[in-house]
Amino acid sequence: MSRTIAIEPVTRIEGHARITLQLNDEGRVDDARFHLTQFRGFEKFCEGRPYREMPALTARTCGICPVSHLLTSAKACDELLSVKIPPAAEKLRRVMNLAQLLQSHALSFFHLSSPDLLLGWDSDPARRNIFGVMTENPAMAKDGIRLRQIGQSIIEMLGGKKVHPNWAVPGGIVRPLSEETREAMRKLLPEGLVIAKRTYAFYKTLIPQFAAEAETFGNFPTMFLSLVSAKGNLEHYDGWIRIKDAKGNIVEDMVPTEEYPRIIGEAVEPFTYMKFPYYKPQGYPRGIYRVGPLARLNNCNSCGTPFADVALAEFRTLQESRPVTSSFHYHYARLVEIIYALESMDRLLRDPDILATRIRARARSNRDEGIGIAEAPRGLLIHHYRIDDDGLMTWMNLIIATGHNNLAMNQGVKQVAQEYVDGSKLQEGMLNRVEAVIRCFDPCLSCASHAFGQMPMHIELRDADGHLVDQLKRG
Amino acid sequence: MIPTPATNVRVVTFKIDDRDFSAREDETIIQVAWENGIRIPSLCYLEGLSVWGACRLCVVEIVGSPRLVSSCSTRVAEGMEIRTDTEPLQAYRRMILELLFSERNHVCSVCVSNGHCELQNLAQQCGMDHVRIPYRNAAYQVDSSHDLFRVDHNRCVLCTRCVRVCDEIEGAHTWDSMGRGIHTQVITDLNRPWGESDSCTGCGKCVQVCPTGALVQQGTSVGEMHKDRQFLPYLSRMRDAQ
Repeated sequence: MSRTIAIEPVTRIEGHARITLQLNDEGRVDDARFHLTQFRGFEKFCEGRPYREMPALTARTCGICPVSHLLTSAKACDELLSVKIPPAAEKLRRVMNLAQLLQSHALSFFHLSSPDLLLGWDSDPARRNIFGVMTENPAMAKDGIRLRQIGQSIIEMLGGKKVHPNWAVPGGIVRPLSEETREAMRKLLPEGLVIAKRTYAFYKTLIPQFAAEAETFGNFPTMFLSLVSAKGNLEHYDGWIRIKDAKGNIVEDMVPTEEYPRIIGEAVEPFTYMKFPYYKPQGYPRGIYRVGPLARLNNCNSCGTPFADVALAEFRTLQESRPVTSSFHYHYARLVEIIYALESMDRLLRDPDILATRIRARARSNRDEGIGIAEAPRGLLIHHYRIDDDGLMTWMNLIIATGHNNLAMNQGVKQVAQEYVDGSKLQEGMLNRVEAVIRCFDPCLSCASHAFGQMPMHIELRDADGHLVDQLKRG
Repeated sequence: MIPTPATNVRVVTFKIDDRDFSAREDETIIQVAWENGIRIPSLCYLEGLSVWGACRLCVVEIVGSPRLVSSCSTRVAEGMEIRTDTEPLQAYRRMILELLFSERNHVCSVCVSNGHCELQNLAQQCGMDHVRIPYRNAAYQVDSSHDLFRVDHNRCVLCTRCVRVCDEIEGAHTWDSMGRGIHTQVITDLNRPWGESDSCTGCGKCVQVCPTGALVQQGTSVGEMHKDRQFLPYLSRMRDAQ
């Protein structure tokens, strides 16, 4: 008899989700789905609000990656003002974006995924968490906590708060950087780099034992989408969109921000609150692509910083063919980006111009439409706003990094489930592997929730004996 | 407005929170209390404007009286014994604040007045850590049609400071209130968009006296609206001196 297994809640991710596995008569997995079960409604309740509130308001979407929303929103608002922000403001925004990349990647790798990697997929679930890692490998747990602290401290030094700093505003940022703060930030970086390199070297030694997982954890051909700089290098704050196919051919290159609607479409499915972005010219669902650290490293020509470039070269040897297609290697890519973030922050902070006191361009709204794009830790983030003549929001579309990966996550869940789950002798470790493939993508579900139309709903009213008295159906 | 008494005023003696005070009989309880460092909470009362007595946050107990009185609209009297900070009063004030927070959409974290808001400060000062009343979540508009200022009715507490300062100090009477009860709303002219108001002089006094993020300057982002509270006492002093 066919049956359904529900994994709920999916643990060690940001947000609320459920996975359902449809088993056939033989107990093998026929289909698998990843459901986002929470609903937020930001695109709707922001309508009617002044656009200047958007950076801080949309940042409240998330406590893990608020900086991404803050900066992307500020960039969309810069467009509404039609200004080019002062160079110091742009550099400081880059520093904060990298600090967030650092803390978010550290959270994903150490706090959420390392329990699987260090303790094993089949280990006791009660110990398979950061506390288990602390017991097993206290030095590594300490490294993870410290690395995240460094990222969060830099955000705090710049913005005054670790979470939800009201720091980036339309036209720039709110306060210039002092010499003392710069030095305090720079002092943190060497220690961070030592930890990052140590973790990277350690992780490389683990890779051979995960050959089977690398083979089946979301390992399939898709396109990769990310931003690249003018030179085609790794880029997180600005730049142009590049799409590579699974063979490494460039499909789209140097696509400017405002052209994103030409290449990205959004589909909706009734089983989840998350939309399904796809590459428009290939249609849905053929236009599947992945974003995030894996896509960024696959797409860029180089990182542009010394240690990260060495790590990038090693990353590219993970698979014989290129690009690297296994979603398992998101973890590896994250460690490379941590090194890159630390090196890049140091480079930016050495620049004497970063102390300039002109940090804000002032103007009123000069356009009725603005698009902001940046690379969040999990991938490309798009904020698209329209305002009326009085500067009040009339329409908003947010395309969230995690959403881009939705097609791939569903496909990845199915692949792992078909490989590991045997309905005739079900074991917890099997299901943990299904969850673990989701953790590779490090989804941020609180950000990625959307509603489209009315949810189908079925309400039944039954009496105490269980007989159906009345029912309501919608959708 | 409390009528001004004759010039030959008497001095009366009374007690506030068991401390002896003497003051002119034409002074109100809140005036004497504030002058002597006793911070009775208040929202609608503002020195330099007429007394409105709408917010009820400044209620105090008078020994021997069965009802609470608002200290902004009650004069001191001979032998009066006033209590400003009893447990029942604290509970009433918290309840009033909870009602204010539940009535409109006061989302401090994303408000331009975050960190510089009298309502927010009062909530902290009065120990309001929860709102036990269901939020109304009613939809209110933002009027951003004025070149310099913006009104966000979501944040308005109907203290009418804007109405009074516009009428009594600026003399324009652009602001007034419309509707009754929970449907009351402050309006410009005869409920025209602020930007189309013929009477508004653009002086900005209403923005500076507004206790919350309801009236703000254009161009401000979250937490950036600092209000200048000094101009009103200054203007009042200068006028009195004339």
